[in-house]
Amino acid sequence: MSTLYDVPGPRARRRATVLSGLVALVLLAAGYLLIYRPLAAQGQFTAAKWGSLVDPSNPNFVLLWKRLGVGLRNTVAAAGLAVVASLLLGTGLAVLRTRLRAQRQRRYPRLGATLAPVARGLTVLLDWLARAGVETIRGLPVVIAIFFVARSLPQFGLPLGDLAYIVIGLTVYNGVVIGEILRSGMMGLPRAQREAALALGLTEAQTIRLVLLPQAFRVMLPALVSQVVVVLKDTSIGGVVVGYDELLKVASLAVQVLHNPIQLLAVVAAMYLVLNYSLSRLATYLRDRVSARRAR
Amino acid sequence: MAIVFDRFDVFAGGLGITFQLCLLSAAGALLIGTVVAVLRLSPLAPLRAAGTAYVTVFRNIPLTVIFFFAAFGLPELGSGADFLRIPGLDAVFPRLGLDLPYFRFAIIALSVYTGAFVCEALRSGVNAVAPGQAEAARAIGLTFAQNLRFVILPQAWRFAVVPVGTVIIAMLKNSALAGFFGVIGDLSSAADTLTSQEGLPVIPVFAGISIGYLVLTVPLGILLDRVEHRRAAQQ
Repeated sequence: MSTLYDVPGPRARRRATVLSGLVALVLLAAGYLLIYRPLAAQGQFTAAKWGSLVDPSNPNFVLLWKRLGVGLRNTVAAAGLAVVASLLLGTGLAVLRTRLRAQRQRRYPRLGATLAPVARGLTVLLDWLARAGVETIRGLPVVIAIFFVARSLPQFGLPLGDLAYIVIGLTVYNGVVIGEILRSGMMGLPRAQREAALALGLTEAQTIRLVLLPQAFRVMLPALVSQVVVVLKDTSIGGVVVGYDELLKVASLAVQVLHNPIQLLAVVAAMYLVLNYSLSRLATYLRDRVSARRAR
Repeated sequence: MAIVFDRFDVFAGGLGITFQLCLLSAAGALLIGTVVAVLRLSPLAPLRAAGTAYVTVFRNIPLTVIFFFAAFGLPELGSGADFLRIPGLDAVFPRLGLDLPYFRFAIIALSVYTGAFVCEALRSGVNAVAPGQAEAARAIGLTFAQNLRFVILPQAWRFAVVPVGTVIIAMLKNSALAGFFGVIGDLSSAADTLTSQEGLPVIPVFAGISIGYLVLTVPLGILLDRVEHRRAAQQ
């Protein structure tokens, strides 16, 4: 935010350096006094608390990290499956809603004066239903989606297992979100794209498949990558709500044996942080590339 | 569907608790978000670094992990989050004053997590103010603090209303996790009690719980759409 203050001159720069140094000192002192000291006083930095995580000679070290590895793999597996399924569902929904919207323009001249209004009413109704469904699912918590998938499927004779419940729950919600991302990507394209494709003699379906959708994917790639971060974070709900053996669940089970919640959670948080931060950087990089291409 | 009407008190009570939780967490998140946003805009590098670190950490770890920290880490440190037992306020929100700390833990987890997103929404509002405004303010000799207070922030909050609202809607939905971390009687824990302990059929309970959340999220969403359209029409 360089527009908020002038480019500093030599005196302002000196003052800023001194102030920065002071502030940094104050922050460090606050961190030491308010965070490190109380934690140390409670014995949170002792080998008893950290040993199983950092000391290879600790009897629990190998087993703990093996379990955390399994948890991480399960997290990534659930997220990967959910992302692929959500992309498929989202693409389908985006195409469906774009076609319904286009269908509303049609007048059905061949159906005659009595049937044409019925056909038009039907498309309007379907369009409205699709929109209401999308808005409803977007307004519900993912937690509730996963919870009820896990509770209701066994009752309907479909005991598919924890992984399936999480993937289905995540897919229902994120599929709808991705569908909206892709749809707004298609709507954001210049109108001439669609008109030119139709003028060339492509059908409505071909126009979407060959012209609009590929461009929407490219424009919306950063938003889609950001959504992957959301999915990855939300897999941890599966551990709490369903009991799926993902990273956080593994950690919470280990805490019951090792009694070091703060240390284990810090390590698990760091693992999520590295994973998601890399993905966020990728999204930023893609966003910059897309906008650079636009500018040219 | 009769269940929704028979057990209306459970659903309505759940809605009430969820609403209280969200109101308090929203206040906390706005407070934290504003402070962090000011840090991130400050001319001093260490403060900016602290703000950026906060946002990076809390945007990239799952809310579930933060809930775990609150529900298992804080008791380990011997804290019952008693600073939230604010006298007077706990008369309005009786849950704040309970000896059982999980309601307060849920508020902390939701505020800390959502604060990072509020900060980014506020920052996007500041960035949306035309650069000429800040430049003109500097040209007439306003300092950084005056510039923020009299020129940038009064305009920025108008641009930030919709993004902040979107963040709050997301928080309303995220609050469903609270029921799985010891908060009793909110909408999500009502879902659990009604289906597992009382063994009621899943679909009607699901419908009732869904309506509860939609009552909170949909009107806010419609309101934000209105604001956004009006803003777009003005420009």
